[in-house]
Amino acid sequence: MEGNLNAVTTVFTEFYYWATIPLMFFIHIGFCMYEVGASRRRNHMHTLMKNTMLIPLVTITFFFFGWWLYWAMPNGPWITGGLELETAAANTAWSETMGPNAGDRITGVFWAAFLLFSWTAASIVSGSVIERINSGAFWILAVVIGSVAWIIDAAWGWHYGGWMVQVLGYHDAYASGVIHAIAGGFALGILFVLGPRLGKFAKDGTPRDINPHNPWMVCLGLFFIYAGFWGFYVACNVPLIGPDGIGGQITGDTWTATTIYLTPTTLGAITVNFLMSLSGGLLVGYLVSGGNGFWTYSGGLAGIITASAGNDLYHPIQAMIIAGAGTYIAYKMHHWVERKYKIDDAVGAVAVHGYAGFAGLVICGFVLWGHPSSPYEGYATINPLGQFVGAIIMFFVLGFIPGWVVAKILAAAGMLRIPKQVELLGLDFPTNEQESAAAAEVRATEKEAAA
Amino acid sequence: MSTTGIENWAVDLKDVGAIYPFQGAEVLFLIVGVVLWLGWHVLQIRAEKREYEEIIREHGDAATIGRALDGE
Repeated sequence: MEGNLNAVTTVFTEFYYWATIPLMFFIHIGFCMYEVGASRRRNHMHTLMKNTMLIPLVTITFFFFGWWLYWAMPNGPWITGGLELETAAANTAWSETMGPNAGDRITGVFWAAFLLFSWTAASIVSGSVIERINSGAFWILAVVIGSVAWIIDAAWGWHYGGWMVQVLGYHDAYASGVIHAIAGGFALGILFVLGPRLGKFAKDGTPRDINPHNPWMVCLGLFFIYAGFWGFYVACNVPLIGPDGIGGQITGDTWTATTIYLTPTTLGAITVNFLMSLSGGLLVGYLVSGGNGFWTYSGGLAGIITASAGNDLYHPIQAMIIAGAGTYIAYKMHHWVERKYKIDDAVGAVAVHGYAGFAGLVICGFVLWGHPSSPYEGYATINPLGQFVGAIIMFFVLGFIPGWVVAKILAAAGMLRIPKQVELLGLDFPTNEQESAAAAEVRATEKEAAA
Repeated sequence: MSTTGIENWAVDLKDVGAIYPFQGAEVLFLIVGVVLWLGWHVLQIRAEKREYEEIIREHGDAATIGRALDGE
């Protein structure tokens, strides 16, 4: 780190990524709140622990091998080249740059920013399967989505040298597809195998509402996710880089912030577009759901997710309209899929993340048609077909199929779903019984004291 | 002798790299970490299976299930 300018740039970048990490913690707080709020009293603590324990499991596996996958696999491998072993060497679990290292200030914070995305991917899945999945099975699935599937899709489509960017012109600046569509698809794959909660569907197939025990807590949870999403957006950028650092076709000496693809953008642009897409989603979510709190808040989230693919470039009013369109699609698709395929997505995660993310990628292909996907020569430009193929890869190839396959394996091993009696009693039944008995004993003693 | 390789700070920082103890044993650390991770899954899955068996044995009768559902 020689020279004052280099030192300031490096320490600024280090602090920039670090600051995104506590902000993104709010996403996980929000997921926990809305999952527990959506569950019934008999399942609260198991629901909370199911989500909480994905944190250590995804963290350690992302350290062991997930981070290496990102740096090793941008070429597929064997689509635009082989494994990038030389670049990936600095990101193995045994690399000196992964520990305290006076010569490297960036790898650790960059790893952690990606890790928080990994938690988000796994946490999206967690909500949809509540109240009937075996926790041990879920945690295996969490590692698959959080430390394998999503990070391969990031290497392919969220890396300046990713083959999808080069060949398809894939553009997904704030992760409509690389986090949301894949997680939604993965959740849907599991749900097909897992089945609905007991009582969710009438004999004629009509879905019944299993209402959240605390709608207020669910909505606040979604509000926390909005708060954490600020960190998510900021972490998607490279904060400060000069044309020399990019090494592409950009000329001159002007430094800039860029997307993960090293294409220029500004924090100002994404701040306005975040707020406008949130607004578009909230407005449509309110209207389409008749003012339902859960779907209005979910609409805000779906709106951001839909516009995220192109929010580095959209005009704010475009972002608002695109967000509204995606929210409408997500809401309608949720209810159609629920009725048609008897899918019990307890928190609407497949819709809010999966369908909105998919729609956002496709819309981006039309609105940004012809814009360069990269500052490097020879890359395909953004186009509708590339974005559609990219959406299929995210939702189905790396999302739905791995989720379905691993869920099938777990089901075959008798590990996927909790026993029927336990589901009826509630996962927290023994604890609740003990607490009721203890409270009754204290009350009896208090009555004796009062007599 | 220092476990970190740093004996004192009379150094030019541009020449300093890793500063954690027992450098060179990273692969061993990884092996231990992976064993602990996989072992955790095995122990957890066994414990969860036992937990469900116990719940069913102690509370799985129709009367208790009915009471639980009425109390929801």
